[in-house]
Amino acid sequence: MASVNSIYGLFPGPDSADRGVRALRAAGVAQEKILVMASEPFEEYSFTQAEHKTLMPWLAVAGGIAGGTCGYLLARLTQVAYPIAVGNMPRVSPFPTAIVTYELTMFGAVITTVITLIITARLLRKRPAPYDEAVSHGKILIGVVDPAENSRDAVESSLRQAGAEQIKSTS
Amino acid sequence: MAAKTPEQITEDLLRPLGNASGKYWTALAFFAGVVVSALCAFAWQVYAGIGVAGIRRPVFWGFYITNFVFWIGLSHAGTLISAILRLANATWRRPVTRCAEVITVFALSIGATFPIIHLGRPWLAFWLFPYPSERGIWPNIRSPLLWDFFAINTYLLGSVTFLVLPMIPDMALIRDRATGLRKKIYGIVALGWRGTPKQWHRLESAMQIMAVAVIPVAVSVHSIVSWDFAMAPVPAWHSTIFAPYFVCGAIFSGIAALIIAMALLRKFLHLEEYLLRMHFENLGKLLLVMSLLWFYFVFAERLTVWYGNDPSEMTVFWVTQTGSFSPLFWLMVVCNFVIPFPILAIKKLRTIAGCVIASIGVVIGMWLERYLIIVPSLSHKYLPYSFGSYRPTWVEITITCGTFAAMALLYMLFAKTVPIISIWELKSGPQTQSDHATALQPVPHAEGAD
Repeated sequence: MASVNSIYGLFPGPDSADRGVRALRAAGVAQEKILVMASEPFEEYSFTQAEHKTLMPWLAVAGGIAGGTCGYLLARLTQVAYPIAVGNMPRVSPFPTAIVTYELTMFGAVITTVITLIITARLLRKRPAPYDEAVSHGKILIGVVDPAENSRDAVESSLRQAGAEQIKSTS
Repeated sequence: MAAKTPEQITEDLLRPLGNASGKYWTALAFFAGVVVSALCAFAWQVYAGIGVAGIRRPVFWGFYITNFVFWIGLSHAGTLISAILRLANATWRRPVTRCAEVITVFALSIGATFPIIHLGRPWLAFWLFPYPSERGIWPNIRSPLLWDFFAINTYLLGSVTFLVLPMIPDMALIRDRATGLRKKIYGIVALGWRGTPKQWHRLESAMQIMAVAVIPVAVSVHSIVSWDFAMAPVPAWHSTIFAPYFVCGAIFSGIAALIIAMALLRKFLHLEEYLLRMHFENLGKLLLVMSLLWFYFVFAERLTVWYGNDPSEMTVFWVTQTGSFSPLFWLMVVCNFVIPFPILAIKKLRTIAGCVIASIGVVIGMWLERYLIIVPSLSHKYLPYSFGSYRPTWVEITITCGTFAAMALLYMLFAKTVPIISIWELKSGPQTQSDHATALQPVPHAEGAD
């Protein structure tokens, strides 16, 4: 367990986890302080609905445009820099240039998507983050990061009343 | 059959990652042996020169390019099918996708080695790459062979990403159950996955974008492979339908390979409760559609050549219909259409065994098709004085066998390292085919209070 000040409960299923999150909100815990972790997406439950806005598709498009521009320049400049006898045909051949541009457009979009995922999903980050291996065994972790000292008991009782099987804390 | 809890599904799908049986090691050793002999054959070719292969004037593209086209085609099994099913939100895809995506990555990697194996001097392969060179040997952008470089690398990147991204949550599952070095290794591959809603949502978004991006890339890859041929004024190659014809053949052979792989996994990893008859039936129907489409393309292509009546094209036409290549041609038709069509069209025959028999036929038939596109045209090019013949040598045959063994070897190693069925996707998705899938229906998390 990482050294982050937190208090959390382990819930047996999504219904009780949902209740847990609602109880925390009712107790006045700010949304950005609520921790949720699960081994499944549980998209249909409200406790997973936070932070659904993402610029990922637009960034993929931007990456595609950047990749396509590189592809176009590579194809065009190569044909201009190393001219070969083309027998009255255009020096910069449109079809091959379009093919290389297209492939590198897709290349750019894919690379950008992966980079965006890694950054926005906070993968590969070195900073310690709260986690419990019970999540991988099907439990759902609901908790609070940096709870105020005087609210710890209230948080704990909210989680317990919502159906948490275990309450743990880290500091 | 009792419904499975999410925890049971996890345990079932992680079980194959445990200790391997003696049979597994024997099979692994056998395939490794074939791969080593192929490497020895390649080493001999490098030492003695490309002359030890059967390719010589006028047939400069033989087994190696046949294998290149075949493996690139086979790679359409995974990413393309998986992406289409993902976008269509076909819930039955969940146990199938990873088996399929793995085929793509390995088949593409194997296929991409063939242009290098085919080079007389493979150590100069970097000359093909588009990099600035003061020697003035920038590759010719107008050459379809260079388009291959871009297309295959883009598809490989897309396919690897498409395979690896949904593996991350499963890697975290294994990380949390492992100890020692295994925990460390899986921890690295899990990239710090914790399963927050943000991570799940970003992963889903990334997979949607990848699915949209990878379909046109997959189509472009085999179109470009077809243009390696269609851009050349060689009899029976210079055809406008080659691109869709190749794409159709690629998907056809890809589905067949997927069915065979799934049947083997089902038997040897005891995944009978996950890879159901429904999955084989659905893929069998797809294979049937592709078989009909393939037959249509072959017919359309032959019809156009026949009506054109160009002497050079008719030479190739007759040599494949009634001449020296006709046994292979008709065997191809039997394997790709005559056998699969009734098996897959008649519901009673569309069993798991039936689908596997049809698929084996298709894989053989599609390899023959690639061979028959290349060799008869090159050996009967225009004027009769330039006609020639081609016979593969032991070097080419050994290397060909080695690639099939390499595929099996890589697949076996992968299946022992990573869950071959995506655990989180299976747990989180509803199964709609109630008659078959009730066994797979994840039961709700047991919550007394809920």
